[in-house]
Amino acid sequence: MAMLHLVNKSPYDTGNLNTASGIMKEGDRLLLIEDGVYGAMKNGKAASLLNGLKVSVLGPDLAARGISQDKLADGIDVIDYAGFVDLVEANDKTQSWL
Amino acid sequence: MGSIEANGKTYETDEEGYLADLNTWDKDVADVMAKIDDCELTDSHWEVINFLREYYEEYQIAPAVRVLTKAIGKKLGKDKGNSKYLYELFPYGPAKQACKYAGLPKPTGCV
Amino acid sequence: MSDAKKFMYINRKAPYGTIYAWESLEVVLIGAAFEQDVSVTFMDDGVYQLTKGQDTTGIGMKNFSPTYSALGDFEVTKIYVEKESLEERGLSLDDLQHLVWEDEDEDYAEKDSIRLVSRAELADVLAGQDVLFNF
Repeated sequence: MAMLHLVNKSPYDTGNLNTASGIMKEGDRLLLIEDGVYGAMKNGKAASLLNGLKVSVLGPDLAARGISQDKLADGIDVIDYAGFVDLVEANDKTQSWL
Repeated sequence: MGSIEANGKTYETDEEGYLADLNTWDKDVADVMAKIDDCELTDSHWEVINFLREYYEEYQIAPAVRVLTKAIGKKLGKDKGNSKYLYELFPYGPAKQACKYAGLPKPTGCV
Repeated sequence: MSDAKKFMYINRKAPYGTIYAWESLEVVLIGAAFEQDVSVTFMDDGVYQLTKGQDTTGIGMKNFSPTYSALGDFEVTKIYVEKESLEERGLSLDDLQHLVWEDEDEDYAEKDSIRLVSRAELADVLAGQDVLFNF
């Protein structure tokens, strides 16, 4: 029963990423969108929250914020809107940590 | 919402006569907008209008009148970078009126 | 203008996720158009507003990052960026736009607008203001 966890807020503004990453189970996937994409930057303090997790990030939201691929933490999968739909389909449930 | 007709084309405007979409702008609509205000566009007007379009392209905003005056002075010479010169060209207010003809939104801070 | 008040606008939100950043920028430009003594601070997630290379084509929103370069024209020449906020986010000044203003009295010489300050230095700057706005 894999779950897709969505986080759309900056990890430096709210504790949503902290909660989501802490509650995720084996096989679950995290998708960072909107201001949530700041959590994927490798040099930020929040990057350690992603250790050991399966993480995707929405490319158009990265581009809007001027975050190039080389600034992302290792192992992060950049997807587009179609990839977003695929992830929702591939997981049994979707949970938005608003 | 309103609209303006120029050369057989229809241009959507807001309630104050500014173009709804700056990408629909062309020289014909600028001429028609000026005629509505009883104004004939000369090369001197076009200098300012073209400057405004370039400014918007670069900064994504229209300049306030004080900023416009200074920038025109730098680009086109001190004799043109003063409010007297610009108000003679655009008596309804250089930022407001010239921005309208240039197809830009009403300048921020313009009352 | 001797009766100009010192206005400080404090930006603490990332761009695009909320409307705060753009609203603040508009208010700053309006304040500057009325010839007040305007300063701007970027701290917390507000530092993200100034990052280079923003391209909003994919999210269908207006990219207002070029507008920060116009602040110099509006005589907003004091832009404070908090050091601790950059460091926490793994950013440095190199990740931010290079904002300048032209000094008319020195033949339009370009001068840096951004001042990198520590939290303690920022506290002193804020203490010297007349009016503070938080976005």
